[in-house]
Amino acid sequence: MSNINLKVNGSTHTVDVDPSTPLLYILRNDLGLQGPRFGCGLGQCGACTVIVNGQAVRSCITPVSSVKSEVTTLEGIATRGRLHPLQQAWIDEQVPQCGFCQNGQIMTAKALLDKTPNPTDAQIREGMNRTLCRCMTYYRINAAIKRAVKTIAEARPGAEREVVA
Amino acid sequence: MTSFSSVPKNIEATLENSTVGMPRRNFLKSAGLLAVSFGAGIGSVQSAGAQTGATPQAAGPYIDPDFHQLDSWIVVHQDNTATFYVGKTDCGQGTGTSFRQLMADEMDIAFEKTTCIMGSTDNTVDQGGSGGSTAMERDAWPMRRAAAEARRVLLEMGAAQLGVPVDQLTVSDCVITVKGDPSKRVTYGQLIGGKRFNVTLTGANVNAATGIAKLKPVQDLKTVGQSPQRYDIPAKVDGSLKWAVDVKFPGMVHARNVKPPFAGAKLTGIDESSVSGMPGFVKVLSKGNYVAVVCEREEQAINASRKLKTTWEKPATAPFPASEDLFNYIRGAEPTSTTRPMIVGNPDEAFAGAPKLIEADYEIPFQGHTAISGAHATADPSNGQMTVYSNDMKSYGMRRGVAEFLGMPKEKVRVVWMEGPQGFGRTAADDAGCEAAWLAHELGRPVRIQWMRDEETAWDTKAPAFAVKMRGGLDANGNIVAYDYNARTVDYNHVGYNEPDTVLIAQLMGSRRANPDKGSSATPSEMYAIPNRRMATAVVRLPLIWETPLRTGNLRDPNGPQSTFASESFIDELAAAAKADAYEFRLKLLTAETKDDAAFRRARSIACLKAVAKAYGWDSRPSPNPRSTGNILTGRGIAYGFRGATVVAEIAEVEVNRQTGHVWAKRLVCAHDCGLVVNPSSLRHAVECGMLHSLSRAIHEEVRFDTEKVISVDWNSHPTLTHADTPASIEVVLVNGDPNPDRPDLPPYGAGEASCKPMLAAIANAIHDATGVRLRRLPFRDARVLAAINANRV
Repeated sequence: MSNINLKVNGSTHTVDVDPSTPLLYILRNDLGLQGPRFGCGLGQCGACTVIVNGQAVRSCITPVSSVKSEVTTLEGIATRGRLHPLQQAWIDEQVPQCGFCQNGQIMTAKALLDKTPNPTDAQIREGMNRTLCRCMTYYRINAAIKRAVKTIAEARPGAEREVVA
Repeated sequence: MTSFSSVPKNIEATLENSTVGMPRRNFLKSAGLLAVSFGAGIGSVQSAGAQTGATPQAAGPYIDPDFHQLDSWIVVHQDNTATFYVGKTDCGQGTGTSFRQLMADEMDIAFEKTTCIMGSTDNTVDQGGSGGSTAMERDAWPMRRAAAEARRVLLEMGAAQLGVPVDQLTVSDCVITVKGDPSKRVTYGQLIGGKRFNVTLTGANVNAATGIAKLKPVQDLKTVGQSPQRYDIPAKVDGSLKWAVDVKFPGMVHARNVKPPFAGAKLTGIDESSVSGMPGFVKVLSKGNYVAVVCEREEQAINASRKLKTTWEKPATAPFPASEDLFNYIRGAEPTSTTRPMIVGNPDEAFAGAPKLIEADYEIPFQGHTAISGAHATADPSNGQMTVYSNDMKSYGMRRGVAEFLGMPKEKVRVVWMEGPQGFGRTAADDAGCEAAWLAHELGRPVRIQWMRDEETAWDTKAPAFAVKMRGGLDANGNIVAYDYNARTVDYNHVGYNEPDTVLIAQLMGSRRANPDKGSSATPSEMYAIPNRRMATAVVRLPLIWETPLRTGNLRDPNGPQSTFASESFIDELAAAAKADAYEFRLKLLTAETKDDAAFRRARSIACLKAVAKAYGWDSRPSPNPRSTGNILTGRGIAYGFRGATVVAEIAEVEVNRQTGHVWAKRLVCAHDCGLVVNPSSLRHAVECGMLHSLSRAIHEEVRFDTEKVISVDWNSHPTLTHADTPASIEVVLVNGDPNPDRPDLPPYGAGEASCKPMLAAIANAIHDATGVRLRRLPFRDARVLAAINANRV
């Protein structure tokens, strides 16, 4: 066991754990976060996805000692009480069935859009392809990502703003 | 006595605050609303007490809420909001939202002012949880009647308060006013907020529970037919929902199972010293062939379960054939049971006289639930009771199963249902619930257990494998004159829900039923009029039936996709042999004879087939597709069926890559008739996802095994549908009722499973249309398709 400092969603934490412990268990069991979830423990399904350094990272196979930058989880992507456009799109498109995998879907989509703000359909399929859903909500996920792309583009500085009364 | 002290905060808040100033259980108990039932729990001393005429005392605090009491279903709060308590679980199809719509409409309260509590055994009446797509079809009815009764009672109270007869009152969103004088008003909250109705319902069982109020005609329902957003979704996308996997207690420990490395293996030794020095080690618990390792932290339990040295003795005979030999095994096996064949006309004579005979064998492998996360549960043994936090879709059954498994009176056991990964039938959540409870019982500490990926994929219950022999006879005009369906299904010792003697931990501990469940097969679900028909089924067994990873249990329309794959593929083969259009061929079979049309199922079958063909833009031609050339071969396939009273017809358009064998279902169209539609958005989504679930089963899923163990154990060795497989277009036509326009009150039927049924065949038929190759063995992975293409020199 050793003390490890971890910055998550803007807050710094110190945890006393085995440095080889996968990040997932620290986030869930020490920091009380519920967004990232155990799906396979093998980095194959994406249910545990968090964002580190702009990359979607599978926290179930990431030793906590290897994490040197701030970790962002599903709980940390809303800003000033407003849902991230992807989260809002997920509600607008009524994406989830059971919803268990949707943490990974949203976080993977966020990392994708942060890098590729206007992805083609093929880029969405490729970028999301290793994030699995066993309720098979893929069709609505695809629609929600496209909806969020529009919302984000409209909110960008310089973009034509919708007049809100 | 701190009955709620160990409940997670969000649950506690829900339970405590549901009624002003009174915990839910006390609210029910103080009105005598809890039905005291005796005798089910092992060692139930109360039964004896009851027999001797003593005042009955419950054996524990968790007494069944009484479905005969209106207060068990509905609580109205002072602020004109209401909480609905229903004995159901929502496994992701949005049924909770639909219950709220139905109840809010009957009660005349705005949908937004209602909440719904589901499936906690001590707080909601026992409606069995989920299963069989019965949410709208069966279980919503008593909820609606309870809501209508609440409205009736409130109107009577309002009449007394306002001093006018009920027929001079009107009500809108909790506000009762005198007709013609809106200044005279009283609200539901003022009349009863936070207090009990004390109204008794009648009905022989929960499904029949009713007051004396009449339900509204469908035309008067306001939110029914609308698509309010699902209430559960925001917390699922912002990370705030507490799932069953998130339940934690001070002092809780983590467990992981150590499964036998070979099916049917006998545990001969455990070397606890191999892990006892590991950090956080608590204990190895074992009985029979069941082994679990318990540690303080989750990752410690995972590590220790992998490091624990155990020795096992292989069984003397192979537990099963390897998966590539499965179908030959099935065809050669002696059936454990057969059904009496269903015979129409004289099939033998018709086959003898038919000028054209066609035969085909269809093969459907075992397919698993393979939930996105491992089965899990957390159990708390505080105060000599047992509380299990689980996503199991049948929380009430789990409560009974756990009580019996532990030998506790069921009044000391409760199951709190919380959200979890999908529940499409008898999942391993049943097994994990009993495991958590047993471990907590042994340790005297709260225990959380979760199955690892390889455990879940290898050991969850499986949909039965099928081998189906089909024969058909055509006359000179291409009409079917003889038809023979003969299915063999591996389903002996089918595992039921939460059975204390068949859950996996019980089997591993040595439990053996004297008379194993004999299992079942299925015949096709269609309404075709064929003059001479024979349909027979048989169940066969594998050599090993206990402690086996190839244990069968219900998976979403349990035998439907398999039998329909065979029957609807074969109808296509007959159509192709008759050089007939596949849609018109089916339509002709449905319109050939119309006398036996109970529930309008034949008329609705015709309507769905027509609707799906119209939505797709189907043009008449025989298969295969003469225009399919080049490297990407394009084809279309149609299939239809029904699940209960719900009828569904589907068309798949596929692209098959001639070079790689890869199949992409580019477009899916479905016409779906489940009667009254409560929430169109939720319904469309359930239908879409049901189709994609079967698409995944069509092109990816198969449980693979050698003669010792399952070898498909993760998402590489057991692939599933991905984003790349997603169709470019999915269209769902809600046919919503039979073709008779005079039936606005058509009831709602189930919708959680029907769309799964025809898709396997629709994909097979589309591949045939694209390539001219008929694939009769699932799944249609690239290598299998490519081999078939090459063998047929396409």
